[in-house]
Amino acid sequence: MSMQIKPILAALRQHKAGTVLIALQIALTLAIVCNALFIIQQRLAHLSEPTGIDEANLLVIANQWAGHRSSQEVGAQIQADLAALRQLPSVRDASPSDGYPLSGGNWDNFVMRTPEQLKPTTDASVYMGDEHMLDTLGVKLIAGRNFNASEIMRMASRQVVIPPVVIVTKALADHLYPDGSALGKPIYSMSTTPSTIIGIVERLQRQNVSNWSKPYAYESLLWPIREDTDGLFYIVRSKPGQLADAMREVPKALYAQSRMRVFDPKIGGSFAQIRQRAYDSDRGIAILMGIISVVLLAITAAGIVGLTSFWVGQRRKQIGVRRALGATRSDILHYFLTENLLISVGGVLTGTVLAIGINLWMVTRFEMARLSMDYVGTGVILLLLLGQCAVLGPALRASHVSPVEATRSA
Amino acid sequence: MFTYYLDLALRSLRRNKALTALMVLAIALGIGASMTTLTVLHVLSGDPLPGKSAQLYYPQVDPQDIKGMLPNKEPPDQVTLIDGLNLLHAGRADHQALMSGGSVPVQPEQSSLDPFYVEARYTTADFFAMFDAPFLYGHNWTDAEGEAKAREVVIAKSLNDKLFAGANSVGRTLRMAGTSFRVVGVLDSWQPNPHFYDLNTGSYAYGEQVFLPLQTMLELRLDRNGSTDCWGNGGGGVGSILPSDSCVWLQFWTQLDSPAKAAAYKEFLVHYSQDQKALGRFQRAPNVRLRSVMQWLDYQMVVPDDVRLQNGLAFGFLLVCLVNTVGLMLAKFMRRAAELGVRRALGASRRALFAQLLIESGVVGLVGGIGGLLLAMFGLWLVRQRPSDYAVLAHLDLSMLFTTFVLAVCATLLAGLLPAWRACQIAPALQLKSN
Repeated sequence: MSMQIKPILAALRQHKAGTVLIALQIALTLAIVCNALFIIQQRLAHLSEPTGIDEANLLVIANQWAGHRSSQEVGAQIQADLAALRQLPSVRDASPSDGYPLSGGNWDNFVMRTPEQLKPTTDASVYMGDEHMLDTLGVKLIAGRNFNASEIMRMASRQVVIPPVVIVTKALADHLYPDGSALGKPIYSMSTTPSTIIGIVERLQRQNVSNWSKPYAYESLLWPIREDTDGLFYIVRSKPGQLADAMREVPKALYAQSRMRVFDPKIGGSFAQIRQRAYDSDRGIAILMGIISVVLLAITAAGIVGLTSFWVGQRRKQIGVRRALGATRSDILHYFLTENLLISVGGVLTGTVLAIGINLWMVTRFEMARLSMDYVGTGVILLLLLGQCAVLGPALRASHVSPVEATRSA
Repeated sequence: MFTYYLDLALRSLRRNKALTALMVLAIALGIGASMTTLTVLHVLSGDPLPGKSAQLYYPQVDPQDIKGMLPNKEPPDQVTLIDGLNLLHAGRADHQALMSGGSVPVQPEQSSLDPFYVEARYTTADFFAMFDAPFLYGHNWTDAEGEAKAREVVIAKSLNDKLFAGANSVGRTLRMAGTSFRVVGVLDSWQPNPHFYDLNTGSYAYGEQVFLPLQTMLELRLDRNGSTDCWGNGGGGVGSILPSDSCVWLQFWTQLDSPAKAAAYKEFLVHYSQDQKALGRFQRAPNVRLRSVMQWLDYQMVVPDDVRLQNGLAFGFLLVCLVNTVGLMLAKFMRRAAELGVRRALGASRRALFAQLLIESGVVGLVGGIGGLLLAMFGLWLVRQRPSDYAVLAHLDLSMLFTTFVLAVCATLLAGLLPAWRACQIAPALQLKSN
């Protein structure tokens, strides 16, 4: 095969425009497909990040009060609501909260180790809940203890409450106290009042998982606060496998307590719906990239078939002459396969440079990660195989050209 | 001559049906994909108030403490209540309004309707004149009424239709958050896109249904929505709790009718910052910005990155489709070398052959463009099925329709140039000889 390369190069020089076009098409396709595959992988990895909570059995109700009530009235109503929810046969536990993982909206606070620090240590997603919050979410407490009922503070007046105790995620604990000594230590969160870390949970996803939040992944804190002012979320954990029952019973039970409330249908719902909503754009982008990649590869393959068929048609006479001079069918087949391989190698080399260039541009423009060379490698192999497969049909046809063609004119 | 070439082109295209179909399909897919994403981009980066937006400016001052100060850092995106009121009362602009967003529960008089929440804008009176909000009935409250914390409300047409069956509801009572408000005005359909004056509550297809005086909201402690950014030991405030003075949570907009006035206003912002620093409220050196609406939208990067990414991808896709078409067209034209040689030998000039071949590629472009248009309409339909907030806006307008065809035909003609030129270089004698 190697001795064929020189004549192939000589022949290609006769078809400069066609050769360059195929190589260019392969290069562009490689550049786009590598980056698309990489983006697909990133999005899929992002949307399969665990939240650390018992997703299969959770539902969230966005509850707002209609009409104006005093904070005492609201507080009493929340107590009554929670008592009713916790008694439902399908419900394991329930907690009031200001938010839930993947809610998109967020309350996050800067967190510091000392009140004098000029620069905050990190940023934490803030959850408020009562002593039932840990069990409701189903997060795993790996050190320390849960809140007890007497620690739950009520937030109703104008001033903001800073509780003396806090439960943090392992990620936040490790960021604040990398030596692993976080339990019992203070944190300062937008205040000169310290909160002592009394418990550490294994994992609790933040409320917001968009790009800016990435440096603080899984850094969340839980404060023992119940907010008696306006709307709130009820997080409800059903008994295993009874989510559907709970979703029916919970709104009914709440309406039985009072009709002066509005459930926002656009937020909350089962956690499966929440997850679906939170990652919808990521899924959309992954699917779109997938479709575009497949169509691109198909078009490139069709282009190679078209152009090679034309070359075969144009060279029937030469092929006939070669056959008459003793070249075997497999020689002819190999000729076209090698020719395509040479063009493809030129294409993928250019394409690799292009792919990295596009990625570097996206790193600066879209804060995207660096392209892993695995994707370039996969793309290169994919396109070389695609080229060989596409050229196989026309090459086989060429190998069947009879030596008699040599004697025919044209 | 044109019709003859057209006839030749159609004959030639019919002869290689598979090749023609492949070229048309590639162009259609490329055009369809890029027009879908371009239309979305066009809709999302539009001017929310054409003709007015150039006079509207968004002042920013920097009231943050000295902690975490970085050189060249942008001031906060919003203002504190105290700065907002100071700038408002200074009254240095042609129009100015201080505002924030929220939601309030409406308790309809009709027992057939359950209570429901509506999006609210709490603002000072100049909002309506400054943003050219059109009134269907009545008018807005006055500055004096706003300062007096009047229980007055301007409602959107959709809410008026829902509660008052579209009748003139000026003077009627609307119960919200346990308080009775008097309707003083009804706005006609009005929804600037993007929702430039407060991007935190929603960037697109977002419209408030009630407009209340800001001072009334401050007294009644109505629920706020949007973003609150605090520094130092500033309490964020939750729900009806007002944020402290080390939190920014309001938007302050001004109308400045000439560039000279804008420059003067920026000077004023610097002086204001210096005064506040002298008073000890501000700790940093004056750090002010005064952006127009379009500059503000650009700075806030209101168009989602994913939309730009999709657009880039689609144009990359179109480029590959075009390269593909150039290759196929080249193959097709060169295969007809013999036919072209005969035509040359019979006296056709190079220019005539060139025109003939370009018409052929133009026909491919036109058919591909029509296919691309259909695909783009399908693509936009798909976009509208998505749950994103801008989904409802994804419609093809006349200018984009025109762009589609121009793009398709230009792209294909461009793709046809090289193959046509190459084919015209054929020496007639050589072709005739081998036949």
